[in-house]
Amino acid sequence: MESLYAVFRKEISDHFSSYRFVLLFALIAMVSFITSYMVGMQLRDNLETLSKTRFPYLMLFSTPGAVFSMVQFVAFFGPLIGLVLGFDSINRERAHGTLIKLVSQPIYRDAVINGKFLAGVITILVMLVAIVLVITGFGLSIVGVVPSLEEIWRISVYVIISLFYISLWLGVSILFSIVFRSIATSALASVALWIFLSFFVTLGAEAIANSITPIERQDVQAERVIKNIRIKEGLSLASPMVLYSEATATIVDPMRKTTGSIVFMSPLEQILSSRFQNPLSLGQSLIVVFPHATALIAITLICFAVSYLVFMLQEIRS
Amino acid sequence: MESAAIIDTGNLTKQYGKQTAVKDLSFKVAEGEIFGFLGPNGAGKTTTILMLLGLTRPSAGYARVCGMDPLRDAREVKRIVGYLPENVGFYGDLNAFQSLHYIADLNGIPLRKRLERIGRSLETVGLTEHSQKKVGTFSRGMKQRLGIAEVLLKEPRVMILDEPTLGLDPEGALQLIELIQSLNRERKITVLISSHNLSQVQKISHKVGIMIKGAMVASGSIDSLAKASFGVADGGYSLEEIYMKYFQEG
Repeated sequence: MESLYAVFRKEISDHFSSYRFVLLFALIAMVSFITSYMVGMQLRDNLETLSKTRFPYLMLFSTPGAVFSMVQFVAFFGPLIGLVLGFDSINRERAHGTLIKLVSQPIYRDAVINGKFLAGVITILVMLVAIVLVITGFGLSIVGVVPSLEEIWRISVYVIISLFYISLWLGVSILFSIVFRSIATSALASVALWIFLSFFVTLGAEAIANSITPIERQDVQAERVIKNIRIKEGLSLASPMVLYSEATATIVDPMRKTTGSIVFMSPLEQILSSRFQNPLSLGQSLIVVFPHATALIAITLICFAVSYLVFMLQEIRS
Repeated sequence: MESAAIIDTGNLTKQYGKQTAVKDLSFKVAEGEIFGFLGPNGAGKTTTILMLLGLTRPSAGYARVCGMDPLRDAREVKRIVGYLPENVGFYGDLNAFQSLHYIADLNGIPLRKRLERIGRSLETVGLTEHSQKKVGTFSRGMKQRLGIAEVLLKEPRVMILDEPTLGLDPEGALQLIELIQSLNRERKITVLISSHNLSQVQKISHKVGIMIKGAMVASGSIDSLAKASFGVADGGYSLEEIYMKYFQEG
C-alpha cells in the first residue's frame, strides 16, 4: 500500500508538471470557456422570452452552443485526455531503463501499474471537476442560474460516468504501452482504436443494418424501419462513445425518458411522453441509464484487468 | 564459510522456449565476499541475476538469497539486495536528490531517516555538490555513481552490480571499482559484480565464476583457477589468461 502511494505520488506530480498536461488543460479550458460562453449568451436570450425553464443549470451542459454542447465535447474528445495521459506510461520506463530499477525495489509489482492508473484517474477527475466548475461559474455570472440540489446530483453522476469513460481510454492506452515496446506505436495504436470505435463503428453499424434490412424509398414498411434502426443502434452500442453519450444525455436532461430513439417506443409510450411533459426524477433517470452505465464501468474494469494481467505476467527485462 | 553462503543456487535453469539461457547453475557466494561474475555477452549472467532477484521465474532448480526464496519472499529479498542494472536509467527531469527520494519512498524509509540517509549516500559516492542538478545533465560516470547511491540507500547486505563500469573512462572506472571495494571492506557488503573488465575484477574479487553458454565452467579463487587450468598456483597468471583458456575450451 505504501509503495502504491509512493508510485502514485510520483506519477501525479509528473502529470501535473508535464507540458502535455498543461497543453491539454489549456485546450480543454479554452473550449469549455468558449462553449459555456456561447451557451450562456444563447440561454440568456431564451430565458428572457421563455416563461419558465425547469433546469437552466443543466442546459448549460446539454445545449449545443456554436458547434458542440459540453456533454458532446467530452464524448468526442474526452478519450483523448485518457490516451494522452497513458500512452507511454510503461514503455517509456522500459525504454529509459527505469522499469527494471523500479521492480527491483521492495514493492509488489502491481504497485507500479496500480499507482500509474490511479494517478491518471485522479488527474482526469481534477480536469472534469475543473471544467464543471468553470461552466458553473460562467452560468452564475452570465446567466445568473443557480444550480438546484437535484441538478448538482445529476452533474455529480455525470462526472462519475465521464470519469469511467475517460478512464476506459486511459486503461486502453496503458494496455498498449505495456504490449508495444515503442512509444510511437502505442500512441498510434491507441489513437487508431479511438477513431475506429468512436467514428467508424457507427458508420459500420449503419452499413450493416442497411445491408441486412434495406429500406427502399417506396413501400416503407414500419416493421422494416424499426428492424433497421434496431440493428443499427444495437451495433453502434459497441462504441463506448455511443454508450457514453446516450447515458449522459439522459442524465443531464431530465426530459429524456429513454436512451433509445423515438422509433423504439411503443405507441403508448410515445403518447405518454408527448402528453406528460414532466421530467423524470433522478432515481428514474438512473434506472434508465443503468444498463449503459454498468456496461461502461464493466469495460473500463475489464480493460484495466487485462493490462494488469499482461503486466504481471510479462518479462521485465527488455 | 559453508554456512554463511549468502547467495546459493542449485541446478538453476532457465529456458526461453527451446533456448536454454542458464543451464544447471550451482554456485555459492559467501558473506562478505566480492564475487566476480564473468562471461561473454549472452552467457546468461543477467538472466541469473534476475532469477536471484525473483524478477524471472527459474524453469528448474532453486536460488536462495540469505536463505530466502526470491520468488516467495520477493519483497524481503529485494529489501536486502541492492541491484544496479546494466545501463541503469533515471528520470531525467528529476534532480539527484529527488531521484534518491523516490527510491527511499519506494523502500518505505521513514521520513525522519530519509534526509540523513540520502545525504550519506550522496556523500559516499561523492555527488553531494551535484544533488540539485537534473540527472539528465549527468555524465555517465555520475549516473553510475548515482545508481550506486540508490543501491546504498536501502543499506543492503548484498549488492548485485551488472556491468557497473561499462562505458566509463579509465579513471571513472577505477574510482567506481575502488568505491565498490571500500564498501565491501567498510560496510561488509557482499558484492556480486559482473564485468568484462577482467583486470578490474581480478583486482577486487575474492572469487570469480566464469559462465559460458549458460553454464558455470569454473568458479573459485583466482589462484585455484590458475592451478586448475595451468597447473601452477602462483604462476602469476592473470585472470585474462585464465578466462581466455576457458573461453577457447568452451
